[in-house]
Amino acid sequence: MQRFPCPFCGLRDEREFSYVGDFGKVRPDTKARVSDAEWAAYLYDQKNPKGQSTEIWVHLPCQEYFKMTRDTVSMDVIDAAPLRKPAQ
Amino acid sequence: MKYSAFSILREGLRGHRGWAKAWHNPTPKDTYDVVIIGGGGHGLATAYYLAKNHGVSRVAVIEKGWLGGGNTGRNTTAIRSNYFYPQSTALYDLSVRLYEDLSRELNYNVMFSQRGIMTLAHSEPDMEMAARQVNAMQLGGVDAELLNRDQVRKYAPLLNFRDDARFPIHGATWQGRAGTGRHDAVAWGYARAADSLGVDIIQNCAVTGVLIEGGVCKGVETSQGLIRAGKVGAAVAGHSTNLADMAGYSLPIHSYALQAFVSEPVKPVMNTVALSPALGVYFSQSDKGGIVVGGGLDRVPSYGQRGNTPMHDVVLGGLVEMAPILAKVKLLRHWGGIVDVTPDSSPIIGPSPVPGLYLNCGWGTGGFKAIPAGGYLFAHLLARDSHHEISRPFDLDRFQTGHLIDESAASGIAH
Repeated sequence: MQRFPCPFCGLRDEREFSYVGDFGKVRPDTKARVSDAEWAAYLYDQKNPKGQSTEIWVHLPCQEYFKMTRDTVSMDVIDAAPLRKPAQ
Repeated sequence: MKYSAFSILREGLRGHRGWAKAWHNPTPKDTYDVVIIGGGGHGLATAYYLAKNHGVSRVAVIEKGWLGGGNTGRNTTAIRSNYFYPQSTALYDLSVRLYEDLSRELNYNVMFSQRGIMTLAHSEPDMEMAARQVNAMQLGGVDAELLNRDQVRKYAPLLNFRDDARFPIHGATWQGRAGTGRHDAVAWGYARAADSLGVDIIQNCAVTGVLIEGGVCKGVETSQGLIRAGKVGAAVAGHSTNLADMAGYSLPIHSYALQAFVSEPVKPVMNTVALSPALGVYFSQSDKGGIVVGGGLDRVPSYGQRGNTPMHDVVLGGLVEMAPILAKVKLLRHWGGIVDVTPDSSPIIGPSPVPGLYLNCGWGTGGFKAIPAGGYLFAHLLARDSHHEISRPFDLDRFQTGHLIDESAASGIAH
């Protein structure tokens, strides 16, 4: 059992986490005209890198979404950081 | 050399000194009509059908490791066509039909054993869905039956028929023409048959780049030098995205590890394949006696060819609930392959966004059963530059047109 770091709860079993998607994917501006190709790329295309990958994950018990950078071959976690800015 | 009872007898009498190598080990030529990347089942079958059905013999298959060393050698060998949508039925049943004659066609025993597959139904609503599935398959022209509890028990008495079963068995869908095959033999059989038709099979040759001239794919750079090609076909499964990155396009694919397990050999206890969607596990028994167990994908996208423990627990815990008698059986081996999963769990066959480069990928967890059809249809595409009618719905363009073939939602079965 691997343990992933939740930025809020600390190290927890991998079963408590769910993969959400690529980090840095921006929804096309639907107020402007969006082509089928752009929309399909947004919906479906994946970076799917071999090696270092930056992704959005959710820690299911605390429901916090966060950014995790990990290696998809060695499965090592390189970094985990909150998506929210800290409250002022 | 043709394999036959006579050749075995003759070689037995003269000390087995006359066997020829099943395929050659050529150095790559400078140029080919078609270069296939990936020496797994799909790549080798494509090369065979290119030479056999389309007369294209200047073909090379380039493999970074050894033949069938990827997912072709890392699966549970199940072969079936129990799908819901007509497009899928046409595709996978073509595969089953080709498998039915494959040992004879290749002169190589792929040990396709049509021992049937059952997908269990664990409640009355499950039985309703099973009936719907059977009806869809029958409308698609594929053999299918709805079994009741007693019929399931007759086929597979070791399943959990106890009163306290977590998921009681109400019945099952049954496809009698499904079964298992010898996975390595499928790769080796296609390799030998393709080699005898003049195909160059080049192992230990990794593709390091894609040669693009004027926006058109003209060949590949490899660890053994540049190889030019009229067309390039990529059948690289879990590494399809890496190839796409080399050529400069994107794919709707995630790579995941898929695990499987085999036990120590035991006496025959199971003569069919059984799948429980509720438990997320399926198993069969190999000819050697090993219980071959598979389940769902790992939950974490991965290129590491090994599994992780959460899915291990789900699959083996599910197996013990599904067939409690197997609880004391010891595992012998456990492996993980990297599979290419699409949003609709259906494969991609068609031209890539780069002209001259063609895709055979996205088979996800079900590539082995589809090897003959994948090769047959991909060869058609490469030779004629147009789809066979069966592969047309599986083009990459479906993600833009919205015509997804969502089998994971429709049939609710592990792919």
